Amino acid sequence: MSRIIAAAAIRGAHKIVNRADGKLAEALAAYGPEKTVEFPNTGYYLPIIYGMTGVAVETLGDMTKVMERTRGLLPPLVTDQVWLPYLGHTLDAGMATLFAEEIEEALKYLQDPIPYLANEPNPMNGQLWLGAANDVILRERGIQFVDGTAPGFAAIVGAVPDNETAVRIARELQQRNLYVFMCSDSGGRRFAEQLREADVQMGWETRLVPFGTDLSAAVFALGFATRAAMSFGGIAPGDYRRILLYNKDRVFAFVLALGPVDDEKYANAAGAINWGFPCIADTDIPEILPTGVCTYEHVVSKVPHDQIVNRAVEVRGLKVAVSEVPVPVPFGPAFEGEVVRREDMQLEFGGKYSTAFEFLRTRELDEIEDHKIEVIGPDVDTVPVGGSLPLGILCEVAGRQMQPDFEPILERRIHTFINEANSIWHMGQRDLIWARIGKDAYKAGFRLNHFGEILWAQLHHEFGAIVDKVQVTIYTEQEQVEKLLPVAQQAYQERDERVAGMTDESVEIFYSCSLCQSFAPNHVCIITPERLGLCGAYNWLDGKASYQINPTGPNQPVEKGRCLDPLKGQWEGINAFVYEKSHKHLEKFNAYSMMEEPMTSCGCFECIIALIPEANGVMVVNREHPGMTPCGMRFTTLAGSVGGGLQTPGFVGVGRLYLTSKKFILAEGGLPRIVWMPKALKDAMRDRLQKRCQEIGMEDLLDKIADETNAESVDDLLPYLEQVGHPALTMDPMF
Amino acid sequence: MAEARTASASDQRLLEIAGEMGITTVFDRAASMKECPIGSGASGVCCKMCAMGPCRLVTRRGQKVVGVCGASVETIAARNFARMVAGGTAAHSDHGREVSNVFLAAAKGEIAGYEIRDEAKLRMVAGVLGVPTDGRSTRDIAIAVGEMAVGEYGKQAGELLFIRRAPQRRQEIWRRLGVVPRGIDREVVETMHRTTMGVDQDYENITFQATRTALADGWGGSMLATELQDILFRTPVPVRGQVNLGVLEEKQVNIVIHGHEPLLSEMIVRAAREPEMVALAKSLGAEGINISGICCTANEVLVRHGVPVAGNFLQQELAITTGAVEAMVVDVQCVMQGLADVAQCFHTDLITTSPRAKIAGATHIQFNEHDAISTAREIVKRAVGNFPKRKGNVQIPKEKYDLVAGFSHETINYMLGGSFRASYTPLNDNIINGRIRGIAGVVGCNNPRVPHDVVHNELVKELIANNVLVVQTGCAAIACAKSGFTVPEAARKYAGAGLAEVCEAVGIPPVLHSGACVDNSRILIACTEMVKTGGLGNDISDLPVAGAAPEWMSEKAIAIGQYFVASGVFTVFGVHWPTAASQEYTDYLFKGHEGLYGGKWACEPDPAKMAAAIIDHIDGKRTALGINVKKERKLFDMADRRELATG
Repeated sequence: MSRIIAAAAIRGAHKIVNRADGKLAEALAAYGPEKTVEFPNTGYYLPIIYGMTGVAVETLGDMTKVMERTRGLLPPLVTDQVWLPYLGHTLDAGMATLFAEEIEEALKYLQDPIPYLANEPNPMNGQLWLGAANDVILRERGIQFVDGTAPGFAAIVGAVPDNETAVRIARELQQRNLYVFMCSDSGGRRFAEQLREADVQMGWETRLVPFGTDLSAAVFALGFATRAAMSFGGIAPGDYRRILLYNKDRVFAFVLALGPVDDEKYANAAGAINWGFPCIADTDIPEILPTGVCTYEHVVSKVPHDQIVNRAVEVRGLKVAVSEVPVPVPFGPAFEGEVVRREDMQLEFGGKYSTAFEFLRTRELDEIEDHKIEVIGPDVDTVPVGGSLPLGILCEVAGRQMQPDFEPILERRIHTFINEANSIWHMGQRDLIWARIGKDAYKAGFRLNHFGEILWAQLHHEFGAIVDKVQVTIYTEQEQVEKLLPVAQQAYQERDERVAGMTDESVEIFYSCSLCQSFAPNHVCIITPERLGLCGAYNWLDGKASYQINPTGPNQPVEKGRCLDPLKGQWEGINAFVYEKSHKHLEKFNAYSMMEEPMTSCGCFECIIALIPEANGVMVVNREHPGMTPCGMRFTTLAGSVGGGLQTPGFVGVGRLYLTSKKFILAEGGLPRIVWMPKALKDAMRDRLQKRCQEIGMEDLLDKIADETNAESVDDLLPYLEQVGHPALTMDPMF
Repeated sequence: MAEARTASASDQRLLEIAGEMGITTVFDRAASMKECPIGSGASGVCCKMCAMGPCRLVTRRGQKVVGVCGASVETIAARNFARMVAGGTAAHSDHGREVSNVFLAAAKGEIAGYEIRDEAKLRMVAGVLGVPTDGRSTRDIAIAVGEMAVGEYGKQAGELLFIRRAPQRRQEIWRRLGVVPRGIDREVVETMHRTTMGVDQDYENITFQATRTALADGWGGSMLATELQDILFRTPVPVRGQVNLGVLEEKQVNIVIHGHEPLLSEMIVRAAREPEMVALAKSLGAEGINISGICCTANEVLVRHGVPVAGNFLQQELAITTGAVEAMVVDVQCVMQGLADVAQCFHTDLITTSPRAKIAGATHIQFNEHDAISTAREIVKRAVGNFPKRKGNVQIPKEKYDLVAGFSHETINYMLGGSFRASYTPLNDNIINGRIRGIAGVVGCNNPRVPHDVVHNELVKELIANNVLVVQTGCAAIACAKSGFTVPEAARKYAGAGLAEVCEAVGIPPVLHSGACVDNSRILIACTEMVKTGGLGNDISDLPVAGAAPEWMSEKAIAIGQYFVASGVFTVFGVHWPTAASQEYTDYLFKGHEGLYGGKWACEPDPAKMAAAIIDHIDGKRTALGINVKKERKLFDMADRRELATG
C-alpha cells in the first residue's frame, strides 16, 4: 500500500521540518542572521539546496529564506478516505525533508567541536564519522563515477542484526565497485559501527564512508550526487530537473533500509526517489512497484540479507561485472584504496625493505604457456610475521594483437590489479614498488602464486582482445631478483625514449576518448602524442591500445586530416569528428590554444589553466589544491566554468603532464606564460618542469613562477612577477 | 417503467414524484415522442436547406435516391454532419470568445473581480502564442495574450496558433490535407456557406471543411476557453467534492448553477460566501447558502472550488422537482426549455443570465461582466429572498457520493513526479510495461434515448476492469462520479490489477475527472504530452488510446468527436449514428478517415461491445508499438550510459 508510505513520509517530513525550524531558530538566537554557515571546502554551498533551488546558503539568514520555501513544499497529511493524489506530494515532502536536514547538518558545523572529521578522507583517532565530503574528495571520487570504476553508491540507513552480516553486505557492495554511504541507526545500532567492530577499514579510500550518526546525514549522500551532476554534468545550480534526471540516468545509487522504517526514514526515502534512487528494505514494509520516477521499482521490501545486494543492483537497473579472480580474498576496485597497516601486515616487499620490481614483456606465442604460474624462491609462509622478501614479478604475455608499445600500459595496471585484492596493498611501479600482504589475507590462504592468479585473470579480463597468453613468474630469491633487474631497467629506459620521441606531427592518427560521455554527454577528448587526456589517465598509446582491445569502445582513431593551423593545433579531420561526437555542440577546437576555441572538459581534468589578464599570463591549479588562487576562484568554482563539455576561452582543463609538453598552449607562447601554480604541484613536477625550462633556454623560469606562498591574489601576484622579472610581463598581449 | 430510464434509484423516486405531481420531464417527452427515423439518420436523410424541400430521402439497398436539386444521400449526410460540427464548434468557441473578451478586459484592468490568478500558466500560454515574456510585466503579457486570443476568432488567414502545440507529425498531416484552421469564426461561417443550397456537393470536400472547423474547436475555441479560464480562475488541482441531488441542503438556500461558462458562476460562488449574504439568508430562516451545479458549470466550479455537483444533464428538471431549489441560474448550452414549466410548479426562480440565451417564462438578470460581482449578488439575494416561499413538500434524495476531480494536464504532470520531477514518464512507463493497457476518454452528454448514465457506467466499469485508465469530462464524468468510480478507493474495488497498482502508487482513482466538456482540450494536450514524453510512437495516432461518447446528444459532441478523430484518436459514439443511412459516407467516416488521420469513427450503442471495440483498438496499437510483450529489465553498464541522449 503506497498510501501507507505516503502518509508516513509526509508525517515524517512535517516532523523533520519542524525540528529543523526549531534548531534554526536556536542558532539564529545564538549567533544572529549574519553568521556564516558552510560545509568545509566546497564551492557548492549546501549542495542539495544549491542544486535544487540555485540559492547559495552562506549565512543563517539565508537559511531562513530556504526554510520558508521548505515549508511551502510540505503537503497536507494523507487522509484515510477519499485521499487526494499523494505521489507528487510525497516526493515534495521528501525534498522538503532533505532541505531541512541539510540545514540541520550545516548547523552542526557551528558546534564546538564539530562532530565530524572535516577534510579527512578516512576515519582517524577514534573519530568514525566523516560528514560532508570536501570538493577535493568529490573530484577525486567523482571521477570514478565518470569513468565507470564506481557505478554508483548504496546509501545504508540503519543496521543489521549482527556484524558478520554487516561485513558480508559491505564486501558484496565493494565487490560490485559501489561506494557505501552510511548513516543513522536501527535500534541504537549503526552499520558503520558494526563494521568498525569487525575491524573493517573504512573511509573514502575503501569506499565505505561513515557519514554520520543521524538520519539527517543522508543529505551527504544526496549532496554528493547533486554535486556530481553540477560538477561533471555541467548542469547549472537551480536546474533541478536536469540534476535529478542526470542522477536517475547516470548515478546508480540506491538506499538500503536496514531494520525497521519509521516515518522519518520514509521521508528520506521519498526524498531519494526524486533522484531516481529506489529504496530496498530488509523488513516487511509496503512496496511501490510501478515504475516511472525511478527506472524500475521505487520501494522493494522484505529482501533477505543474502540477496539484498543483488536485488538492489537489479532494482536500480545496474549491470556490474564482478571480477572472478581465483584468490581466497574478496576482489574489486573498492579494495584498491585499502591500506595494510604495519600492525595488520604479514610481510612486505620492496620499499626500503627489499629489492623489488615488476616487469611485463611481450613474447612469441610459442615461447610461453598460458596460466603457467611459477614461484621461484621461498613463499610467504617461510617468513616471520612483519618480515620481508625480495620480489621480482615477471609477467610475460603473447598475443597476435600484442605490440611492444602496449607493454607499459599493461605493466602499469599491475599496481591496480594487485591492489584490488582485499588485505593486499601495493604502490608504485617498475622498480619502485612496495607491497604488503595483510594478516587477514594470509590467514585466508593468500600465497605468492595468487599474485600470478590475479595478473593472469585480470590481464585476460581487461586485455583479452590483445593478449592470448599470460605467464607469470615470481622470484623471491635475492640473487635471481638482482639478476633480472637490469634487464627490466633497460626495457624501462628504452620505452621512455620511444615515447619521448613521439610528436603530433609524427603520427597521422589521434585518438578520441568519449569515456566520460556517460557523465558529460557533449564532451569528447582528443588525445595526441603531445597532449594526453585531461584526466591524466590516458595518453596516446593508451588510446591506441584501448582501440585495439575494443574497436567499438570509447577510444576511436581519428584521422587528423589537413592541418588548418599548426600553431593553434587545428585539423580538418579532428573538427569533423568533434562536431559529430559532441552532438553538434562543438564545431571546432584548437588543441594548443586556451584563448580560441579551446578543447572542452568533462570535469575530470587534473589541472585548470586560467587566464590572468593583469599578468598577461596564466595560472595553473591542480584539483588537490584547496586554497584560493590569484584569479579569485578556488579550483571548484573554476571547475564549474570549465567542465560539462563547455568551451570557455581563457579556461581549459588539462592533464598535468601537458604542462611539460612542447605543445603546451603553443598558441599563447607556451610554458613562459605560467605565472602561478600551487607549490605542491610545482614540487611534484619539479624535475620535468626544470628539464623543459632548460629546453626552452629559461633555466630560471621555474623559480619565477609564483605559488601560494608568494601570492593568493592578483594584487600580490603582480608585484612578485615584476620583482622576479617574469617573462610573461613582456610577452605579446594574450588577447 | 422508471427502472429502465435511469441508473439512479433516487432519480427514479423523483421521477415518480414528478409523475404524481403531473410534472412532465425530459424522460416523459422522450417516451412519448419517438425520434424521427429519417432525421436521426437511421433510415434516411433529411435536407431542409432550401424551400424546394424539405427532401426526405429514404435509403433502400440498391436504389439511388436524390433530392429535388439532385443532391445525393452522401452529400446531404455530409452537409448535415458538417453543420452539426459547425454548431458544436460555434458553441464552444462562443464560450471561448466570451472568456477571451473578459480576459482581455481583466488584463487591462477594465473590469473588477477578474484578475490573473495563475501566472505560471499565463507565461506558458504566452510562450505557445509567441508572446515575449522576458522582462515584461504580468499585465503586459496578459494584455498581449488576451489580444492574440481575441484575434484568433476573427483571423482570416494563416494558422490558429495553438495548432503548434500538436505533435509535429500531426501538424504535418493537417497541413498536407489542408485542414489547418485559419480563424475560428471563419471556419464556422465557411462551413455554413458551403453546406447551404447549391455550394459544396462533394462529401469528401465538405468533410475536409468540417474537419477544419472541428479543429478550430478543439485546438482553437475550446482550448482558448480552457487555458484562459485557468489563468483567470486557476488551473484545477485535485479536489474533493460530492455529487448527486443529495448535495442539496434542506435547511439552506439552494442555488443551482447550470450551463457552461464559469464567468458568472465563479462570481456567484464568491458572492454566496460573503458574510452579508450568509447573514441575509440566516435572517430569513436559512442556515446558509448552498451552491451546487448542473452540467458543465458544475464541473467548472467543482474542479476549482470543490463546489458540489447536483447532477448532470438529465437531472436538471429533477433538481427543481426536489422542491428545495430557490433559484436555478443558467447561462448557455444544454439548458432545457422544459425547466421553465417545472419551475412553475415550485417556488423556484429560473434565472437566465446570458443575452444569448433567454427562456420564455424565466426571469432574466443579465450578466454584466463589467460589474460581475453585482450581478452575482443580485442573483444570490433574489434566491435568498425566495427561501421563505419554499413549500412544505421538500424531497431531497439522501444519496450523495464523494468524488475527486481536477485532473488537468498540469495536475497529471505534477502528481506523477512532484514539483521537481513532474512529468508523464511514469504514465508512459506503466503503459509500456503493461500495467496500464491504454487510456480512454469517456466524455459527453446524457441522452434519454438510452438509460440515463447506464451506458457510461457499464462502459467505464468494463474498461477499468481491463486496466484501461479512463479520463472524463462533462456529464459523463458526473455519471461515473455518482457510481463511485472517481474516488481513489475505486481502484481496489473496480480496476484490474495493473491499473490498480498504478492508481495506488499515485493515489488516484482509476477514472480521472478532468473538467467540463470544453476541457476536452486538456485531453488533447495530455495525449500530446504522452507523445513528447516518448516510447509510445511519434504521433497521437500511435498511442494506445481511444475516445467515447456513449450517451451523446449535442452537436458539440459531434464537433468534439471530429476533432479527436482528426487528431488521430479512435472515437466511438453510442445511441445512434446520424449518417447511418448513407453507407458510403459512413464508411468514409468509419474507415476512410483512418487512412487520412490515423483516427476513425465508430458507433456502438451496447456498452459491452463498445468496451470490446476500444480494448481491441488499444491492443492493436500496443502491438504496432511492440509493447504488447513483457518488457525486459534492461540493466545498464557504462557503455549503455554513454549512449543515453544528452543529459
